[in-house]
Amino acid sequence: MPQVTLTVNGTKHTVEVEARTLLVELLREKLRLTGTHVGCDTSQCGACVVHVGGDSLKSCTILAVQCDGASVTTIEGLAAADGTLHPMQEAFREYHALQCGFCTPGMVMSAIDLVNKHPGGLTEQEIREGLEGNLCRCTGYHNIVKAIAAASDVMQGRRSELARAAE
Amino acid sequence: MNVAAPFEGIGASVRRKEDLRFLSGRGQYTDDINRPGQTHAYMLRSPHAHAAIRSIDLAAARAMPGVLAIFTGADLAAENIGGIPCGWQIHNKDGSPMAEPMHPALAIGKVRHVGDQVAVVIAETRAQARDAAEAIVVEYDVLPAAATMAQALAAGAPQIHDAAPGNLCYDWHIGDRAVLDAAFAKAHKVVAFETTNNRLVPNAMEPRAAIGDFDPQSGDYTLYTTSQNPHVIRLLMGAFVLHIPESKLRVVAPDVGGGFGSKIYHYAEEAIVTWASAKVKRPIKWTADRTESFVSDAHGRDHVTKAELALDAGGKILGLKVHTHANMGAYLSTFAPCVPTYLYATLLSGVYSMPVIYAEVKAVFTNTVPVDAYRGAGRPEATYLLERLMDVAAAEIGLDKVEFRRRNFVPVDGFPYQTPVALQYDSGNYFATLDAALETAGWAGFEARRKAAAAQGKLRGIGISTYVEACGIAPSAVVGSLGARAGLYEVGTIRVHPTGSVTVLTGAHSHGQGHETTFAQLVADRLGVPIANVDIVHGDTAKVPFGMGTYGSRSLAVGGSAMVKAMDKIVAKGKRIAAHLMEASVEDVEFERGTFRVTGTDKTKTLTDISLAAYVPHNYPIEEIEPGLEETAFYDPKNFTYPGGCHIAEVEIDPETGKVAMVNFTAVDDVGRVINPMIVEGQVQGGVAQGIGQALLESAIYDAHGQLISGSMMDYTMPRADDLAPVSVATHTTLCTHNPLGVKGCGEVGAIGSPPAVINAVVDALRDYGVRHVEMPATPQKIWNIINGGRRMAAE
Amino acid sequence: MYEFSYHKPASVADAVKLLSADPEARPVSGGMTLLPALKLRLSKPTSLVDLSGIAELRGVKREGNTIVIGALTKHYEVATSAAIKAAIPALAWMASTIGDTQVRNRGTMGGSIANNDPSADYPAALLALGATIQTDRRKISADDFFQGMFATALEAGEIVTAIHIPVPEKAGYAKMKNPASRYSMAGVFVAKGSAGVRVAVNGAGANGTFRATAMEKALAANWSADAVAGIKLDAGMMNGDIHGSADYRAHLVTVMAKRAVVNAG
Repeated sequence: MPQVTLTVNGTKHTVEVEARTLLVELLREKLRLTGTHVGCDTSQCGACVVHVGGDSLKSCTILAVQCDGASVTTIEGLAAADGTLHPMQEAFREYHALQCGFCTPGMVMSAIDLVNKHPGGLTEQEIREGLEGNLCRCTGYHNIVKAIAAASDVMQGRRSELARAAE
Repeated sequence: MNVAAPFEGIGASVRRKEDLRFLSGRGQYTDDINRPGQTHAYMLRSPHAHAAIRSIDLAAARAMPGVLAIFTGADLAAENIGGIPCGWQIHNKDGSPMAEPMHPALAIGKVRHVGDQVAVVIAETRAQARDAAEAIVVEYDVLPAAATMAQALAAGAPQIHDAAPGNLCYDWHIGDRAVLDAAFAKAHKVVAFETTNNRLVPNAMEPRAAIGDFDPQSGDYTLYTTSQNPHVIRLLMGAFVLHIPESKLRVVAPDVGGGFGSKIYHYAEEAIVTWASAKVKRPIKWTADRTESFVSDAHGRDHVTKAELALDAGGKILGLKVHTHANMGAYLSTFAPCVPTYLYATLLSGVYSMPVIYAEVKAVFTNTVPVDAYRGAGRPEATYLLERLMDVAAAEIGLDKVEFRRRNFVPVDGFPYQTPVALQYDSGNYFATLDAALETAGWAGFEARRKAAAAQGKLRGIGISTYVEACGIAPSAVVGSLGARAGLYEVGTIRVHPTGSVTVLTGAHSHGQGHETTFAQLVADRLGVPIANVDIVHGDTAKVPFGMGTYGSRSLAVGGSAMVKAMDKIVAKGKRIAAHLMEASVEDVEFERGTFRVTGTDKTKTLTDISLAAYVPHNYPIEEIEPGLEETAFYDPKNFTYPGGCHIAEVEIDPETGKVAMVNFTAVDDVGRVINPMIVEGQVQGGVAQGIGQALLESAIYDAHGQLISGSMMDYTMPRADDLAPVSVATHTTLCTHNPLGVKGCGEVGAIGSPPAVINAVVDALRDYGVRHVEMPATPQKIWNIINGGRRMAAE
Repeated sequence: MYEFSYHKPASVADAVKLLSADPEARPVSGGMTLLPALKLRLSKPTSLVDLSGIAELRGVKREGNTIVIGALTKHYEVATSAAIKAAIPALAWMASTIGDTQVRNRGTMGGSIANNDPSADYPAALLALGATIQTDRRKISADDFFQGMFATALEAGEIVTAIHIPVPEKAGYAKMKNPASRYSMAGVFVAKGSAGVRVAVNGAGANGTFRATAMEKALAANWSADAVAGIKLDAGMMNGDIHGSADYRAHLVTVMAKRAVVNAG
């Protein structure tokens, strides 16, 4: 059986896998990092999105062996060691951008990549289109879009702290 | 309580406690749970819509690597395992009970829909179980399928169940036909209308999963399951299917990733993994693939309706006649029979004064996935019918569609309002929500926006829907008399710990609704305990005494009221203890938000003083009251609750492609008292997204052979962020008069009010094409057909 | 999916050797179409040959009046490449609409065109731009490369290494997405350049991506949206499903052609 070595949330792991083992299966079953979720089998829902080499991708649509030597960040690796939340996590909470929480890890990881790839900020339309690969059945997306806009201001230095949602 | 701390009680938009674990990947959904020694199950499902099973050859499969066991319907039958029960019995017009065919957990003799369970393979890994399932050889004699209700009811149709001749489950009615006919005879105008309410797939983002975990040492069973109501599963599965006493069966519904109704039902896979775990003496985990979910989760809606509205010369409604065919699918799911009857026909008065209503509903078996409640459950179907009919009628009699509605509204002082279809609305103000919505949506200025859009070559339309619904289910005796096989009360236990923190045990279940925060707000408001010190426990039959679960927008109205009643008992007992401690009489002790005070004095005790005294009863009236400070209440509601409101949709059609874009959506809803405005807004936005999905995007489509063509998200259109425009949400409050919180429930209103608002807007946008109706979903293809056909009626 | 063995060669030569030795071996780069198919157990390759370690297959450069795109170039890289945005902005824009953000972070041009999915975007662009596909052993014109639905001129073991695109005078793209899958239901790429005036259509054709010669003639005579507005292709050559009938797709082709011309400027 092939072996893969990859760094997940800063920790190096060497794991024996089948060639057909998906990255999401390695994360959830071998490493017991169950924060990354599986919501579909047609690579559409985005619940499984993680970062590999800094880019967001669907961990259900990549083999573990294809990630040999890669650096992976999952939702579990976002907050600081002292527990301080990433601005995107904080924004999702402030703006009520999650309800059942199942799509949330993938949504947050996608959102961070979206903001990173638009250093000048995003319009509402760009955010909505950028979320084409992330389905949510609970929120109707409205608060997710607001949270991402608010987080991008902090992540890109336009604000020193998160704008509070209007009451 | 610290005065400087932000207010955490009723009315505050408190940010959610549960978010911290969800945002950090520490949620515990069923598939996240791994039991020691766990094995995996894979379900073999029928590829045919209707077939007799001639033989099942397991030999090759059994020999495959990692396989521990394979079971079929014969194995379950040999152990007297019961069929999956139905929780509601409807009676026919003649008083006879509905046809109630057996619903085996694994097929016996026949398969009746694509996806019907045929066998379960249990193996060391999921991949091994799936590999082995492919090696099972099933010989089918394929039978003609009755894929649609029309096919199922036709003469000579394939017979799906021996127990249901003609594939009819029931033929039910409500109302007095003779009175109705008399009213119609006097009508100035009768408006006829036909429509379909399209079949939907709920598609909560978390696929269903179940872990059966039998402990050979204790003989206890534990089932972890993605359920909205673990106690109901324990009851149905334990009593009717597996014959396991409740004392030996624990059901845990941990974090659940969305339900929308689809996770209410007791499903075969729950029973199978529980039973099989005792056979292999190891835990068994089953998780659905999404494609599998499409053919195994209960679908929603699927009505075909003909209606007639009788009007007088002044545009007042004289009566309504409705005939509906409702699709049950291949088997009766847990609540299915009540959805198109007592959750649908009883809402046909809507927000209007209607002297008489007569409705007939025929429930039909077809070779499709079972159909049951999905967000709104019957009320979206009723509202859609009514609000389309109101627009159609307004056009036919030449009245403004808003004025026509106003003329027929239940008056502001008309409450309590007894409808002709059993329900009595306690409170409401349909004028207030209408006026607020018209203002916010800029209704008056729409014509200018239409003209501006037309100059850009686009067709704009605006549509309105005024609705009421019935939720907060339900008074047990009432629903019992209507065929329910369970009570619909709720349970709440308030446990005040010695040092003053509180644990709440609730029979409601949170799968997105934020109960860990909102229920804690009730405690903060009443008992003055900070939310950080209030723990809401739900979803485990070993911890929570009992409960009926979360659906039908009942959690606050029924579950919250149970908590209030339990807190009443806490306060009552606390006053007696406080009176003793402060050497006053009980009548002189008042309580407000955590402080007991002797009236008119400075003598006070905190709740923590009292709880400590209750558990260390040294200075304590121990002869009169027992130690401890924990109370339980069962709350049976006196009536349904009746949220209502007004939704307005504005759309813009690109006539070259037929694509309908959402421009704006306004929702003004009366959900009674608002506990957490942020949560209410989220619930409405989410419901509206699903309603827009039904109106424009979603449709579960079967071909004539019973194959589900829209069998994955590649063909079933799920709403995405760029399909939706901002939704403005506001509330107008008239309190519920019969529960202690005055709440009405808000979980489903978004999905109920929105579809007709959107379709009314689409029809309005196509006004130059002489379109009377457009069936849901209003896809680009459908709209282009209309536009391309020129000035002709939408033919459906 | 079914089990297979996995190889990650470091050179084109090694990759070709592995693929040629086993007819049931499949090349993979981004895996955005292959992996979903494998997960649904629609195919059963004996091994996967991962090309993503072959450095020479990466990179975008301009050589005179030709843009050369390495086969492993990701859609995101095409969308943001300064060279492509300057020379063929319509291609960069097309790449920005392929799939979703995550697909664009992984999917490659080489992988996409080797698959020739009828609903994929790139083949229409390459046909309209008169591109040349370079493989490990030869160069093939786009006209010869794309041979119908899921069919290309690639021989057993042959892999795409780069795509050469002459910089056009004008080019534009427009498409209507399938609402559920978000693949192209009807997409039209128009271009005017050294290869003449060309119009290529994806998503709608019953036999995959094709050139709309009637529209090409009309546009060559008069480059304007009006020139193509009156041309409706034969519905008989379109596919149809629950999202769009053949007749509707034929209509959409005309609409997208007009919009592509407007987008070309």
